[in-house]
Amino acid sequence: MTALAVAVLVLAALAVFALGAALGHGAARRQREYAADGDAVRAAFHVLHTASLAAAPLRSGLAPDTARKAARRLRPLLGTPALALAVPSGGVLVWDGTAEHHRDQLAAHLTGAPTARTRAVPLPCDEDGCPVRWALLVPLTTGATTAATLAVLTAAEATTTLARAAEEAARRLAVELDLADLDRARAGEHEAEVRALRAQISPHFIYNSLASIASFVRTDPERARELLQEFADFTRYSFRRDGDFTTLAEELRSIEQYLELARARFGPRLRVTLRVAPEVLPVTLPFLCLQPLVENALKHGLEETVERSTVTIAAEDEGTEARVVVEDNGVGMEPERLRAILRGTAGPATGIGLSNVDRRLRQVYGDAYGLVIETGVGAGTKITVRVPKFRPGVQAPPP
Amino acid sequence: MNQTYGIAGVTAVVLATVLVGALGLRVSRTTSDFYVASRTVAPRLNACAVSGEYLSAASFLGVAGLVLAHGVDMLWFPIGYTAGFLVLLAFVAAPLRRSGAYTLPDFAEARLESRAVRGIAGVLVVGIGWLYLLPQLRGAGLTLRLLTGAPGWLGGLIVAVVVTGAVAAGGMRSITFVQAFQYWLKLTALLVPAAFLLLAWRADHTPAAVWDDRPLFQRATEVRLDAPLTLTVREPVRVTVSGTLDGRPLHGSSLRLAEGRHRAGPDTTLRFPAGARVPLSDRTTSSSWAEPLSAGHDRHGLYATYGLILATFLGTMGLPHVVVRFYTNPDGRAARRTTVIVLALLGAFYLLVPLYGVLGRLYAPDLLLTGDTDAAVLMLPQRLVGGVGGDLLGALVAGGACAAFLSTASGLTMSVAGVLAQDVLPTLGIRHVRHFRLATLPAIAVPTAAGTVAGDLPVADAVGLAFAVSASSFCPLLVLGIWWRGLTPPGAIAGLLLGGGSALTAVTVTIAGGARSGWPHTLLAWPAVWSVPVGFAAMVLVSLSTRHRLPPNTATTMARLHLPEPRTP
Repeated sequence: MTALAVAVLVLAALAVFALGAALGHGAARRQREYAADGDAVRAAFHVLHTASLAAAPLRSGLAPDTARKAARRLRPLLGTPALALAVPSGGVLVWDGTAEHHRDQLAAHLTGAPTARTRAVPLPCDEDGCPVRWALLVPLTTGATTAATLAVLTAAEATTTLARAAEEAARRLAVELDLADLDRARAGEHEAEVRALRAQISPHFIYNSLASIASFVRTDPERARELLQEFADFTRYSFRRDGDFTTLAEELRSIEQYLELARARFGPRLRVTLRVAPEVLPVTLPFLCLQPLVENALKHGLEETVERSTVTIAAEDEGTEARVVVEDNGVGMEPERLRAILRGTAGPATGIGLSNVDRRLRQVYGDAYGLVIETGVGAGTKITVRVPKFRPGVQAPPP
Repeated sequence: MNQTYGIAGVTAVVLATVLVGALGLRVSRTTSDFYVASRTVAPRLNACAVSGEYLSAASFLGVAGLVLAHGVDMLWFPIGYTAGFLVLLAFVAAPLRRSGAYTLPDFAEARLESRAVRGIAGVLVVGIGWLYLLPQLRGAGLTLRLLTGAPGWLGGLIVAVVVTGAVAAGGMRSITFVQAFQYWLKLTALLVPAAFLLLAWRADHTPAAVWDDRPLFQRATEVRLDAPLTLTVREPVRVTVSGTLDGRPLHGSSLRLAEGRHRAGPDTTLRFPAGARVPLSDRTTSSSWAEPLSAGHDRHGLYATYGLILATFLGTMGLPHVVVRFYTNPDGRAARRTTVIVLALLGAFYLLVPLYGVLGRLYAPDLLLTGDTDAAVLMLPQRLVGGVGGDLLGALVAGGACAAFLSTASGLTMSVAGVLAQDVLPTLGIRHVRHFRLATLPAIAVPTAAGTVAGDLPVADAVGLAFAVSASSFCPLLVLGIWWRGLTPPGAIAGLLLGGGSALTAVTVTIAGGARSGWPHTLLAWPAVWSVPVGFAAMVLVSLSTRHRLPPNTATTMARLHLPEPRTP
């Protein structure tokens, strides 16, 4: 063995020793501090810590596996031989502890309308030495309804203190269930927003498109046929129901259909430049997050002036991100007004397009990824969207 | 080699690269160009781009040099570099694309749902990228030194500056076209001179290489030694010497070198007559060239060969710049098709490389004395064809070499910069790297600096070390992550740290010139044989003992990785 190999081994041994010493030192310090604290502090810590551990699983809603985790952590805190969680429909979701032969008996007590009050019921048993004779039924109320019932199973009728402790625990669990409900409501709101965005496209745009297609029916039937096909494809994409995400390729295809229809209406007044790096086409991004920007550019570029308008759409590769820029040379707007639009306080006439896209981007990718809008009165508008190429949970549905 | 032609060749390549980059952009600029969205990168184009980015200085210069010096054993390098894509095709390509991951840390997070695994994967990606950049910059230095006589570190610095400038200015916009162009450029730069070289060889009455002894000087050859060297002469030979030989200052005097060892001083020129046998130098130790496992490259030939095979076969899938290119494919099926085409393209390229090695053995055996065997490809056109034709072919080869290290270095720099900006710098407390372009600087500065202090390792060997680290860390992560439900985050961390960490340590010791001979050297220089099993074993065993830590959405993730996408109408 060479001297170098020996040196490497010695260094490695020293490194392991240093690591062990550091870990041991830290552990010893924690041990000393723990001993120095009073019993009351330690007990308080223990109870609070166990309570939050028990409540945490219910944050994602009431299901057999989350209920099992909650019950398993809660039982040592109340010190009872068994603990059960049941839902109002009569099903005992989980039974933690001994004497599970009482399960059906308990379920029988829970049929019928749930009560909002704590009650104790006897559970008669033939078995000698069975540790469960009584059940304390504590409702978990969220809002005005009883979401579940916590059953504390004891050998004798529960004392007042135990009943109160069980009620406190139930309240703690109910708070988490409330939060889970709030999450669900938020997701629902999000879904409703996307749905509103889809619905928002329809009336005005559909009317204009159909009118311009109609003008071609006699003069250029072939063009009219093509435009109708575009229209059909565009509406199919915009009204599709599956998934919150799509690929940049799909989104751009829909934008092209949209622009083709707009071109039929505005003719040579509208000039569109598309500059798309093919590398970023597979990037996944929130459904309908570019179309409102293009619609906005068209509105500012054409509908408020009579001159020619140029809209540029560029998608570029930026390493771990893709960057999409939508630019128009239209009338622009006051920064103050823009702020109001993004806050959603600019009145109903402005639509929900920009602020909705901004909020959804922030929600999915974080605050660093909101819309960047550069504008001024008469200076056109440039909107930049950055999208990371990968983010866990962001998956486009199969085409 | 004629300086003007060489420099013109390199300049032309740089200009053409910039032009293709700008032109590719203009192609997608037309207004009437509708349905741009359906024009995702086709597998054929992407395969050219993957090959262009993959064929580095190690393939273009290094392999021929190793074949020249060490013989047939070195053919495992081109075989391994190609076969790595076969393994990638069979086990990884399509599921990796379906995972939606852009970088390897992305895959780790998508599959294992753990930030910790992501962080460790990020550090390893940076390590592998730096290891791989090192030989690219060295190859650049070598090429520049041969063209202009500039010191070796300058070429690396120039490439570093060019790459940083190009990435920072956003000059690599239509990167797919640029890389695809570089592939065809590299192929042409080897194919056309090869045809002329073979004609010249036939005109020279097809001399056969001396297979099992020291090669002969085909023509009278002047060897310039920059550094002192000890020669072992077996047959007495008459040489003309300017400089110092055996301690005597000489000025163009002719003398007979007797059998035995001679010591040449620095800045010495030796002129050997045609037909003389090349003396043995202390730099290269090859004796039997055509016979496999003749212990030419290393004392423990069989072990080293297995180390090389394992590293290259399994290491390709973990190269950061290769993986990011697969994201460009629209789906898993396209990813698989791309890989098949890459196999064909690489196969065609690597058929040419050994030819240069054999011709180098015949016509440039003096490189065995100077130790610059990596220069064989660059020297041959001048040696065989000569005149203006030789100069032009030399310029073409120099341009190809330039394309080789430019494309690989820029691809690597961009992937390393991306991971640095996203994963590594934030954990070090540097949160506000606003742009990944800023991360380009550390991405290339570190290997440039390391290149000036590292030992003189042959280019292809240094690349082999990067492959070894990748094979022992990311191969287990990808293969087990894709094909085994039981992988847990602690298991993945253990495997990455033990497999990748041990390989990285071995490689660092080797590059720093730690162990120089015997088993310690062999074990450290070819770590894949032990570090790949260590990586797999650590992942499997720790995963089995931490079953309760299975990622909650494993079933969904596995279904997404393996279910084929529905065929688009």
